[in-house]
Amino acid sequence: MLFELANPKRFLMFSGKLLPWFWAVAAICLAAGLYLGLFAVPPDYQQGDTVKIMFIHVPAAWVAMMAYGLMAVASAFGLINRHPLADVAAKAAAPLGALFTALALITGSLWGRPMWGTYWVWDARLTSFLILLFLYLGYIALWNAFDDEVRAARATAILALVGAVNLPIIKYSVEWWNTLHQGEGIFVKGGSLIAPVFLWPLFLMAVGYTFLFSALWMVRIRTEILARRARSLQLQAGGL
Amino acid sequence: MSAATFFAMGGYAAYVWPAYGVSFAGLAGAVIWTLAAWRRTQAELALLESLKDGNP
Repeated sequence: MLFELANPKRFLMFSGKLLPWFWAVAAICLAAGLYLGLFAVPPDYQQGDTVKIMFIHVPAAWVAMMAYGLMAVASAFGLINRHPLADVAAKAAAPLGALFTALALITGSLWGRPMWGTYWVWDARLTSFLILLFLYLGYIALWNAFDDEVRAARATAILALVGAVNLPIIKYSVEWWNTLHQGEGIFVKGGSLIAPVFLWPLFLMAVGYTFLFSALWMVRIRTEILARRARSLQLQAGGL
Repeated sequence: MSAATFFAMGGYAAYVWPAYGVSFAGLAGAVIWTLAAWRRTQAELALLESLKDGNP
């Protein structure tokens, strides 16, 4: 019991110290990335200025997938070790993951219209990414379907783990199937296929998005820890 | 580069700016909403703890 209580407490202390740094790194990287991406980058020779959508589309998609991976890992810890902080962490990641997934889908659609001639196509990459959004929404709905936190955590953890199979499908969809979506261009053996002038703003925006997600995630975990403490106080007061 | 050229985005303004607008709105909204929830929960817990200390 003490062990269980000590960890959320330690998390509150630790995250309280980290948070200002995370906000700062996010703000600096996003500001620098936006400056480079919007002002310093030339139009792409094929895609013109729509290439600027890449700087917000690709980081959103990366974070959306990373968030799911983190949610699945936290869920596994929650299931196996019965650690309440792991359940809280998984629960706190889901709405953020859904937001980044939605942003990736919307910005991708706005990029697809001028470049492919369509906002949407049912190719493997787009479809598997839409499934990622539904997994997040299903996860959130399932959490809300239970009154009991322990049972909710267990059911949602199983959903998160089963859904994790979608992550490699998203990643390799552009290789396994003929997709309208372009293939991997950044993490390629022998070096990126993208010119360095585009890579820098992309890198800065990706770091900015990652730190922004991490800061928001930590605040949401902290909020949930306090909310649970408040609920148990209310229960105690009601029991007297 | 003039401001007009910049905002025209080489003719793709109708796609580039909505993409940036939606992303900014979504992320700024998440920051505001997340911090508001944190403050609300903090205040709620402080109230409950003061009640508990007041009436042992």
